[in-house]
Amino acid sequence: MAAFVVPDSLKQLVGQAEKPFVLKVEEGAIQRYARAVGDANPLYNNVQYAAQSKWGRLMAPPAFGGWPVEAEGFDMIKFVARLIGLGAPAGLLDGGVDYEFYSDVGAGDTLVAVTRVESIEGRETKLGATMITVVETTFTNQKGARAFVMRNTFLNF
Amino acid sequence: MAKQIYYEDVEVGGEVTPLQKIATTRMLVQWAGASGDFNPLHYEEDFAKNLGVGHPIVHGALKRSWLVNLMTDWIGEDGKLKKLSCRYRGMDYPRKMKTFDEPQDGETWWCRGKITKKYTEGDNCLVECEIWVENGKGEKTTQGSALAALPSKSK
Repeated sequence: MAAFVVPDSLKQLVGQAEKPFVLKVEEGAIQRYARAVGDANPLYNNVQYAAQSKWGRLMAPPAFGGWPVEAEGFDMIKFVARLIGLGAPAGLLDGGVDYEFYSDVGAGDTLVAVTRVESIEGRETKLGATMITVVETTFTNQKGARAFVMRNTFLNF
Repeated sequence: MAKQIYYEDVEVGGEVTPLQKIATTRMLVQWAGASGDFNPLHYEEDFAKNLGVGHPIVHGALKRSWLVNLMTDWIGEDGKLKKLSCRYRGMDYPRKMKTFDEPQDGETWWCRGKITKKYTEGDNCLVECEIWVENGKGEKTTQGSALAALPSKSK
C-alpha cells in the first residue's frame, strides 16, 4: 500500500478560509452538552449556582462549540464530507485536536468562527493510504476577544 | 465541587485526580444530539463493519470532552485551562444497555493524568500534564497533554 496522492482539487483548498459562521451560546445547549459528557460541574449545569459564581452566568466547558457542534451556516461534518466529494478517500476518522483557550465562553455569548484549511497531505498509515487534513478554526466573541482556537486533524482512508 | 487545588500543592510526577467514565450506547446517542455529530459510524452496526472498525465506536470528541472534564474538575473554579491536545489512538466500544438507563456489565474507562512540568511565567503559575483515557484493559486509547494555570497561595 502506498501513500495517498492528494489531487489538485484538494490541494487548492489549503490556506483558504471558509465563510465565517456564528455560534450563539445557549443555556440549554450547554446543559445538554455537559449531561452528554457526564460532567456534573454546577457551573455548566446549574443556572442558579452559576449566577452566584464570579462569572454570574452559566458557563460552557472549554471546547464547547468546537468540533463538531453545529452552528448556523456551518457544519464541520458537511465540510469534511465535501473533501470526499473532491476526491478524498471515503472513510473518515477524527484524528485528534489541539485547543488553545483564551476568553471564557458562557451563555449569551455570540461567537464568530473562521475555519481555514491549514494542510492536506497523503501518507501511509495502519489504515492504508490515508489523507490527513488539518483545519484551524478561530472563535472570537461579541467583544472582539479571541475565545479559543482549535486545530482538528481528520483522517480519510 | 472538590476543594480548590493550588500551585503549591502540586509536584512534578504527581497525579491528576482520576475520573471514571462508562461509555454506553445511550451516552453515544446523547452525545450525537448534544454535539451535532451524526456520523453513522457511531450508531450503525453495518456502517461501522463496512468501514473496518467492527462495531460502532465511541466518538473521539466525546473522549476529548472527558479529558476536558478531567482537567476542569482537577484545577477547580480558580484554575484556568490554557491548552489541551489529544490524539485518538485506539477504538473504544460502548457498553450496550441492560435497562432503560442501566448499562450491561463490561468495560470501564479511566481518565488519568500526570504532572510533567510546573513553572511560573509572569503572574501565571502553570502546570503541564500528560493526560489519557484508559480502557478496561489498561490501554491508552486517547493520549494528550494539557496546560493549566493554577491559583497560588501567595497571591
